[in-house]
Amino acid sequence: MKRSQICTDANEAAAYVAYKTNEVIAIYPITPSSPMGEWADAWATAGEKNLWGTVPLVQEMQSEGGAAGAIHGSLQAGALSTTFTASQGLLLMIPNMFKIAGELTSTVFHISARTVATHALSIFGDHSDAMAIRMTGWAMLFSNSVQEAMDFALIAQAATLKSRVPFLHAFDGFRTSHEVNKIEVLTEDDMRALIDEDAVWAHRLRALSPDRPVIRGTAQNPDVFFQARETINPFYAAVPGMVQGVMDQFAAQTGRAYHLFDYVGAPDAERVVVLMGSGCETADETVNYLVEKGERVGLVKVRLYRPFDCAAFLKALPPTVRGVVVLDRTKEPGAAGEPLYQDVVTAFSERDPQTTPRILTGRYGLSSKEFTPAMVKAVLDELTKETPKNHFTVGIHDDVSHTSLDYDPSFGVEPPDVARAVFWGLGSDGTVSANKNSIKIIGEETDNFAQGYFVYDSKKSGSLTVSHLRYGPRPIKSAYLVNQANFVAVHQFGFVGRYPVLEPAIEGATFLLNSPYGPEEVWENLPRSVQEQIIGKKLRFYVIDAYGIAKSVGLGVRINTIMQTCFFALNGVIPREEAIEKIKDSIKKTYGRRGEAVVQQNFAVVDKALESLHEVKVPAEPGDRCAPEVKSPVPADVTEAAKYVIEGIIAWRGDEVPVSALPVDGTFPTGTAAWEKRNIAQEVPVWEPDICIQCGKCSLVCPHAVIRAKVVEPALLENAPEGFKSASAKWRELPDQRYVLQVSVEDCTGCAVCVEVCPAKDKSNVGRKALNMAQQLPLRAQGAKEWDFFLNLPDAPKTTERINYNTIKNVQLLIPLFEFSGACAGCGETPYLGLMSRLFGDRALIANATGCSSIYGGNLPTTPWTKNREGRGPAWSNSLFEDNAEFGMGMRLALTQQETTARRLVDLLRDRIGAELADALLSADMSSPEGIAAQRARVARLKAALQGSEDTPAKLLLSLADTLVRKSVWIVGGDGWAYDIGYGGLDHVLASGHNVNLLVLDTEVYSNTGGQASKSTGRGAVAKFAAGGKPRPKKDLGRMAITYGNVYVAQVAMGASDTQTVRAFVEAEAYDGPSLIIAYSHCIAHGIDMRRGMNQQKLAVDSGYWPLYRYNPALAAEGKNPFQLDSKPPTLPLKDYIYTENRYRMLMQSDPRAAQALLELAQADVEEKWRIYQQLAAA
Amino acid sequence: MDTTTTYLGLNLKNPIVASASPISHTLDGIRRLEDGGAAAFVMYSLFEEQIIHESRQLDHYLTYGTDSFAEALSYFPEMETYNTGPEEYLELIRKAKETVEIPVIASLNGVSSGGWTRYARLMQEAGADALELNIYYIPTDPHLTGAQVEQMYVDVVREVRHSVSIPLAVKIGPYFSSTANMALRLSEAGADGLVLFNRFYQPDLDLEMLEVVPSLQLSTSYEMRLPLHWVAILYGRISVDLAITTGVHTHMDVLKAMMAGANVAMMTSELLQNGVVRIREILAEIEAWMDEYEYVSVAQMRGSMSQRNVAEPAAFERANYMKTLHSFRSDPTGMFRG
Repeated sequence: MKRSQICTDANEAAAYVAYKTNEVIAIYPITPSSPMGEWADAWATAGEKNLWGTVPLVQEMQSEGGAAGAIHGSLQAGALSTTFTASQGLLLMIPNMFKIAGELTSTVFHISARTVATHALSIFGDHSDAMAIRMTGWAMLFSNSVQEAMDFALIAQAATLKSRVPFLHAFDGFRTSHEVNKIEVLTEDDMRALIDEDAVWAHRLRALSPDRPVIRGTAQNPDVFFQARETINPFYAAVPGMVQGVMDQFAAQTGRAYHLFDYVGAPDAERVVVLMGSGCETADETVNYLVEKGERVGLVKVRLYRPFDCAAFLKALPPTVRGVVVLDRTKEPGAAGEPLYQDVVTAFSERDPQTTPRILTGRYGLSSKEFTPAMVKAVLDELTKETPKNHFTVGIHDDVSHTSLDYDPSFGVEPPDVARAVFWGLGSDGTVSANKNSIKIIGEETDNFAQGYFVYDSKKSGSLTVSHLRYGPRPIKSAYLVNQANFVAVHQFGFVGRYPVLEPAIEGATFLLNSPYGPEEVWENLPRSVQEQIIGKKLRFYVIDAYGIAKSVGLGVRINTIMQTCFFALNGVIPREEAIEKIKDSIKKTYGRRGEAVVQQNFAVVDKALESLHEVKVPAEPGDRCAPEVKSPVPADVTEAAKYVIEGIIAWRGDEVPVSALPVDGTFPTGTAAWEKRNIAQEVPVWEPDICIQCGKCSLVCPHAVIRAKVVEPALLENAPEGFKSASAKWRELPDQRYVLQVSVEDCTGCAVCVEVCPAKDKSNVGRKALNMAQQLPLRAQGAKEWDFFLNLPDAPKTTERINYNTIKNVQLLIPLFEFSGACAGCGETPYLGLMSRLFGDRALIANATGCSSIYGGNLPTTPWTKNREGRGPAWSNSLFEDNAEFGMGMRLALTQQETTARRLVDLLRDRIGAELADALLSADMSSPEGIAAQRARVARLKAALQGSEDTPAKLLLSLADTLVRKSVWIVGGDGWAYDIGYGGLDHVLASGHNVNLLVLDTEVYSNTGGQASKSTGRGAVAKFAAGGKPRPKKDLGRMAITYGNVYVAQVAMGASDTQTVRAFVEAEAYDGPSLIIAYSHCIAHGIDMRRGMNQQKLAVDSGYWPLYRYNPALAAEGKNPFQLDSKPPTLPLKDYIYTENRYRMLMQSDPRAAQALLELAQADVEEKWRIYQQLAAA
Repeated sequence: MDTTTTYLGLNLKNPIVASASPISHTLDGIRRLEDGGAAAFVMYSLFEEQIIHESRQLDHYLTYGTDSFAEALSYFPEMETYNTGPEEYLELIRKAKETVEIPVIASLNGVSSGGWTRYARLMQEAGADALELNIYYIPTDPHLTGAQVEQMYVDVVREVRHSVSIPLAVKIGPYFSSTANMALRLSEAGADGLVLFNRFYQPDLDLEMLEVVPSLQLSTSYEMRLPLHWVAILYGRISVDLAITTGVHTHMDVLKAMMAGANVAMMTSELLQNGVVRIREILAEIEAWMDEYEYVSVAQMRGSMSQRNVAEPAAFERANYMKTLHSFRSDPTGMFRG
């Protein structure tokens, strides 16, 4: 039977089979498994049917725990049901997984295996999540490749129905889930052939039904529980045989044969490596290479890990084996060995200990750490040593416990007929999408096999991407990055010299550079080290001015099609003319649905690209003229370890950082984002002092805190760099001073939000404002000098009676302690964090829910959270997604308890510290910055008084003294946390009465995982998991919180009223109890012009969609109405707001009738909500 | 009494045609126009520029931020269709043809030569009875001469004429040095009718925000004077059908249009303000008026007060201007009393 061959990734491959073979699918987003849920939702929205001719019911849940619960229920009621998840998500499913297995219920959960957070979160792949569920009683089947992800999804589904044992189907997160590879697609007939309809029927018969009632899930006592638990043994004993039976059936159907343990290598192998997951592909390739070279080595791929069939495992090994090395992609600290190793040891020890070969074990590949043929060889070679390392690591340099194996990084096994290419690009330039496209063309339009894997840094603006492509005549197994490339393309000229772009290039490789300099001028604009590499490696060097071409046809910064055309022109995989035709076909496929105009625009650059591609004549020697080498951005005066780690990561050399350089508990210094100086903006704002009204709005809204204001004595500006701007300060409280507004041009992302909000216009030329965008490059050097000078000017004192920091104008003078984050350009969340940090950052503890804010706030290499001149600033931590409210409340409990102890000790030691100081410490009024400063001074005196004391009470008080100064606990997260997964905890914390501040950065979707709907999503908005438009209205979280009566609640939107926002923050912090601020945060996932994000906020408020209000229980105590409605009645129809956003507009375009119906309902929601709020305000 | 008329070769039951407006955005609106008594309707304009803009905008927002960050490789689900092209418009033509019996006049505003002809052809294929080219162009380039602009108009009409066989009307603005000559050239280029005149977008200035703001005012009867004037001049001199499209609010306006020489009077503002029901009211008033003044047909009055047929042709010319200022001369029929 002819099956179609496509290029796809494992997420889609597995989801496809899961969708076809199930009836109910519960979904919840988590990286890297979210796309499986997205596919299921999209297919259901499009009406795709499963094997039984119905559209599966796809339901988003509030958490993975919820998804598991829903699946458990659905299974009990008889539907074939599935879900997808990873990492912490899988951990949340554990209680249900025990139940589902205990009840012998057929189901498959598909997971893209991901690291479980420990000292740090990591989104990347290893087996720590899968291993964490191995005692739940689930069968575990591992896929090693994209093809296997599709195949095993079906094998698992067939096997679970036959055996009644539930299956976890796992493949490696990112390395397999996101790798694009050419696969053969299973047909519905294939699936029908494997799925046993009698077993489906039996599954239904076991379901709960009032027509044949039973009860299940009883409580049992010591008398029978144990025996009942042992009833299942025959079912588990039967699983391996059944799986092999299904595999055999699958082989007969498709020709692809699998076994519980697949052996690869020499029939007389002496040394064998055992592992599972994508590493098997690399090991497969390496072992075959070594066997060809005459080595007696082999590999056992573990397919069915649970139930672990010892006999089948032993049978898979050649009898000649003298040494086995077991590799685990997980770490179990304190264990006698990692899980797979222990199983292997058990298998041998239960056979005949006398014949047991030497068994070694090691860890590899944690968090998608590279696992290469060189490492496989090192591992096998270790078995040949007389005194090998055991419990080793491979792939890192462990200079602490000395576990790591050495390996030869230059060792490679890839045959010459496999083409290998590396592309360095920016997220915004379209490099990755071009390469995904190229793989499709090569893989689907030619006989070649093709593979693509994509690496991203962790920034959401100006992010770096590296694409790794291979193609050749055989299926491509190399599950590691391309490190011996015969084609290297650098799509950003600025990367040359900054990143090791030419390192993967082999001798004679082709080097394509997107360069503003032509073939004659480019050479002298390269650093000497790069010139030397080009000459040394004998590279064929080509340039193209892709930005020039893109600009000429209005494509902006999207150079994907241009660079793709050049790739095909140079690689010769398809004759040039034919390649052009195929690129155009693919443009039609990709953009056709978006309209002819876009297709034509892309067509235009294809032809232009070929005309503008030039070969550079490479001289024999580096020239005298060259560009300067790129210097490290990290200052020399930071700690050696921090410098080493952070510098290494910034320079894309994090893999080289040894164990000793890293902190043991995941603790890092703050204030490091200032080191990066990413220079990502094409344009930056330029200040016009003569037009400026010094309102401070720009500084407040700047998402990256790059616009700062100071008011200083004129004399301080005498030594300012030439051209440094200032104006007479317009503060009555600060007469005869100069106002300075400074932009950090090297940190700016060029979002232009500041320019949009700037209200000051030139009276003679209204197009000119007090801030206008200008090219960054010419301003860079001068801007850097000015910024340094500005930073050294004195900050505004926070404690002054002259200035009240509750107005925007004055708040601009406070130093933000959150700066230069990696958030999207124009981010709607970060201005709120900036405000919070200005007002309370020097005494803030922050609990941050997982999501965008934890990533731009805490993803290595650097953090935007920083310190003031006194060294004080926010202390920050991220626990989980689901527990953030509780995590933050725990911080408050600790502070309260320690403060209580400290106060008791102050009283106890009153005589030693002086009664006056003791009384002052205990009765301090800390409701103002002045009060805080005074208390800090008292604490300093207290410490001085007790310094050197040896008695326990004094030492204890010294350790707790700082808690006598009021701290501010902020619990920060997005709507996914607050409305969905963390809602139970949030509700409990609100009800607790403890003094914490919860800040909900409400983007109305799960932004960090790519815009899945939450309960905050507005009715009618299109989001992932709501591809047909969200049918139900947004949950009114604020109103729910108000019902407690003792919770301060504010709904704010900085773009609509910055004054109300500041008031709400100040009141919330001052309120001695729980406070909830729900902050409208425009987002890239809304499909808006990010420059105009603040205006979108205003439209939301003006339409009545987002009423501004404050509910302050403190007012009730004064006999006033605690509810204040701060915005005016709606002045705009809802459509005038929502149809300015792509999330709503795309439903109007794709399904106008549904859009109209939802619009009418949403408009009615707005009116009803307004009516309710008016009533509250009138009460 | 015979109220029928012809326009672009179409036989119409009365002279009131609903011009392009939001009412024709939906099939329901189109149905209401027919039920309300309109003899034909011009669909809302398909703007090529808008199609291009929407397509590029959609692409921009679907692409922006994608493939940049490992956890969020995109931000929107991919939909089956986005209706960015002219399909929605063409579908409405098709449905309108199935649903109503009155003629469907499609309206097109292009920007590129390829766009004009392509969309015109598609509209014809979708079943439009006639096509109105809405040449809405504001020449802001000081180096662009009047002759060049005029040639552009002529070229568009010629190209479209060659690509479609259905009747073709051209909606123009009043700002030509020689409107009569322009009308002749357009006729020679293949226009079957002229629609007088387009009202150009005239933005307002917001002094509070110092911003240019869009300002769309509905027309008043007074504004009919300009097209009325030109219809009266052109009638009988150039062999094209004529339509008046600005300021038609009352039965008197329609009657004036006919007497000046228009084949049809097109209405929008009145229908938007007071509802489609106004068409029937106006038709009844026309009939009452014709009855009172003993007119037997619209054909009878058509062009009766065109420049060619009035006693004093100079009344339409500039020479008469000063005189007009001095004395508001009453006319015998009361037709020109605003």
